[in-house]
Amino acid sequence: MATMVTGTRPRTRERGSASPGFPGPGGNGSRKRNGDDPFFHPDSRSNRYRIGVWVALAAIVMMFTALTSAYIVRAASSDDWQALPMPRILAFSTAVILISSATIEAARRKLKADLHSGYTTWLGLTTVLGLAFLVSQLLAWRQLVRQGVYVASHPHSSFFYLLTATHGVHLLGGLFGILYLLLRSRRTETELMRIRTLAAVDAATIYWHFMDALWIYLFLLLFFWR
Amino acid sequence: MSEEHETVHRHPAPTGFIRKYIFSVDHKVIGIQYIMLALVAVVVGMVMSVLMRMNLSWPGTNWPILGTLFPGGAPEGMMTPEFYLSLVTMHGTIMVFFVLTTAPQGGFGNYFLPIQIGAEDMAFPVLNMLSFWVTFVGFVVILTAIFYSGAESTVGPIGGWTGYAPLSALPNSGPGQGMGMNLWIISIAIFCIGSLLGALNFITTLLNMRTRGMSLMRMPLTCWAWFTTAVLALLSFPVLLGGGILLLLDRIALTSFFIPGGLYLSGVLSGTGNFPLHTGGSPILWQHLFWFFGHPEVYIAILPGMGATSHILATFARKPVFGYRAMVFAIFAIGLLGFFVWGHHMFISGMSPYSAMTFSILTLSIGVPSAVKTFNWLGTLWGGRIRFTTAMLFALGFVSLFVAGGITGLVLGQTSLDLPMHDTYFVPAHFHLVMGVASIFGMFAATYFWFPKMFGRFMNEKLGKLHFWITFIGVYCIFVPMHTMGIVGMPRRFAQFTEYEFLATLHPLVVFVSISAIVTVLVQVLFYFNLFWSIFKGEKAPENPWEATTLEWTTTSPPPHDNFAGHLPVVHHGPYEFSVPGAPRDFIMQTDAEAEVTSGNGHDGHGH
Repeated sequence: MATMVTGTRPRTRERGSASPGFPGPGGNGSRKRNGDDPFFHPDSRSNRYRIGVWVALAAIVMMFTALTSAYIVRAASSDDWQALPMPRILAFSTAVILISSATIEAARRKLKADLHSGYTTWLGLTTVLGLAFLVSQLLAWRQLVRQGVYVASHPHSSFFYLLTATHGVHLLGGLFGILYLLLRSRRTETELMRIRTLAAVDAATIYWHFMDALWIYLFLLLFFWR
Repeated sequence: MSEEHETVHRHPAPTGFIRKYIFSVDHKVIGIQYIMLALVAVVVGMVMSVLMRMNLSWPGTNWPILGTLFPGGAPEGMMTPEFYLSLVTMHGTIMVFFVLTTAPQGGFGNYFLPIQIGAEDMAFPVLNMLSFWVTFVGFVVILTAIFYSGAESTVGPIGGWTGYAPLSALPNSGPGQGMGMNLWIISIAIFCIGSLLGALNFITTLLNMRTRGMSLMRMPLTCWAWFTTAVLALLSFPVLLGGGILLLLDRIALTSFFIPGGLYLSGVLSGTGNFPLHTGGSPILWQHLFWFFGHPEVYIAILPGMGATSHILATFARKPVFGYRAMVFAIFAIGLLGFFVWGHHMFISGMSPYSAMTFSILTLSIGVPSAVKTFNWLGTLWGGRIRFTTAMLFALGFVSLFVAGGITGLVLGQTSLDLPMHDTYFVPAHFHLVMGVASIFGMFAATYFWFPKMFGRFMNEKLGKLHFWITFIGVYCIFVPMHTMGIVGMPRRFAQFTEYEFLATLHPLVVFVSISAIVTVLVQVLFYFNLFWSIFKGEKAPENPWEATTLEWTTTSPPPHDNFAGHLPVVHHGPYEFSVPGAPRDFIMQTDAEAEVTSGNGHDGHGH
């Protein structure tokens, strides 16, 4: 096991070598090893935003997994389940959030290509679309309330309000993140700031795409599962 | 040596009192804040356990002070059964969440994980500060649930720390189940959020912030334990949070997630009078959601203790940890299996015998990595020149308690044995030994071990050893007789047993347990005194008083604001290089670049 870098053996392979063992000092999976000292290169350290967002998504997945299992168990455990008529406006919500995923991706690519004005424009557009999605969800609630369907009306409506609210709160968190990026969008003078901003925008984009996918999943679960 | 260190941007330490000690972003201050929170919470929890013991041993006695504090729960100083139940609930909740989860992970993990991997702070310092203050708010809310006096004036909800539905979902199901129960759920939800922020930080820090040369397999076992604990918290707390939201909706939005139809409560049928209509909910669903969190939670409590024990045993046995790799994989195996065994808490819930058998087999298989850890601890001790410091004694105590409490886990993990034992004293005896007392022993060991690093002074060893021996004997005197009571059939959660003739012969044992408990609790005063006295008056400690090897011992005691005074250490060795043949001293620091290392001490589990 010559490639194992462990225990008592003094470290023989230093940075730059193509060791198939652990991914180098720090082991943080930094792929870019350029510059004088790849280890303390800000690109490697700013990876924390990307790692952090994936870790946070794992927690969010667990929460929605728990709610999904509750949904399935509750639907199967009794005969009081009534199908909720789908509020029409949800089709609009779905379209809006799909488009917003494209716009935030555009913003990320503009920033990577150093096209600053394009970056802020696309990011601003994403904010507007995110808000439009939330408003559209609220309108869906209002449609249901008008029909006399409330949280406690029947289990399907309980889950509808609960899942849309939980998703909405998470999306709102993402919106605050994007607003923060917008407010700081001018602060890219130094290389360090640029690298950090890129990492933060990557993280925000990952989160936003996930919120998009999560909504599609919830939409399918709520209205097409059975 | 200066070229051996990496210069990093040096963060100036904050100077204002508030930024330095209250809303600090320094992981060391936050760690101490978590420990202080646990030290306060554990007093509340212990007082409650003593009150319970007094009521069990001397039922019907008047305690005038109780009557003054809780006129509804203890009229004229005599405890009502509901008051006793609320003590059970709050004791469990406070101990599990605000002691066993905060001190080992939030406290010692926060303080030492960044230092041991050679980082200047956590990955997200502000998030770290938030996680503590969110947890603190959770604690304040649970205290409000205690002192919230509605018409009933118990000390909070009476549903047990597991909050089983439907009683927990119905505000009129008993005293304390109204606003008190709402506050309980809200507190737990807040706690979940705080723990999630912490877990996010721990995982990112460990993955991203390790210093040069700190490969994964060079990390101290404490770091592995905190990392695995963080992963468990990250994946289990969201499930409890989801369940908590559903439960709260059942209570305040009148949904029926957990409440079945046709309930009849205090003479009122669901849907008539002031009892709202509920139909079709599943109380068992709550149990599944709760225990999917609840079982990993017990590993959240004990894994950091295991890490600290491995660390301390190696240091004071002057030997490398036996089978380092096996220890790492055992931690992982325990964490992983912990997610697939929640059903063993629900054997009597009417589950299919096939699922019960699956859960049972998975549960028993946790015995394998647990045994790996135990034998490796013994292997570490074997032939060592052991230094019996107080920290070492508590680490040895941990091993003893872990084995004693773990063995009965094998009994309860089998369906056929669990059915008669369920809800008897055998169960509290088992889990108090293994997840309660063993974890706390791990934390005592950690306190005595790391105190010199945290405060630059030693704790008093004589007082420490006295504290150890009385506590060690005391906890066995409390919990071993409880096994007997359980086998006889004494049910848990009962306020008193005066009505049960077949339990009358056990009464002397009940009194014995109570006296042991009171003595053990009183001895903790010694610990508190030693702790706070030593902060100011203890003997001064050098940088590396225990001649240990890991990175926290390369910096000053206490460490400066950025841990390594503007430099980051570079790691050249594994974490436990003690008694290396041919080395000038019996230990090699992880940062020691010059040390000529001969092969053959085989501490990393694969021979050279």
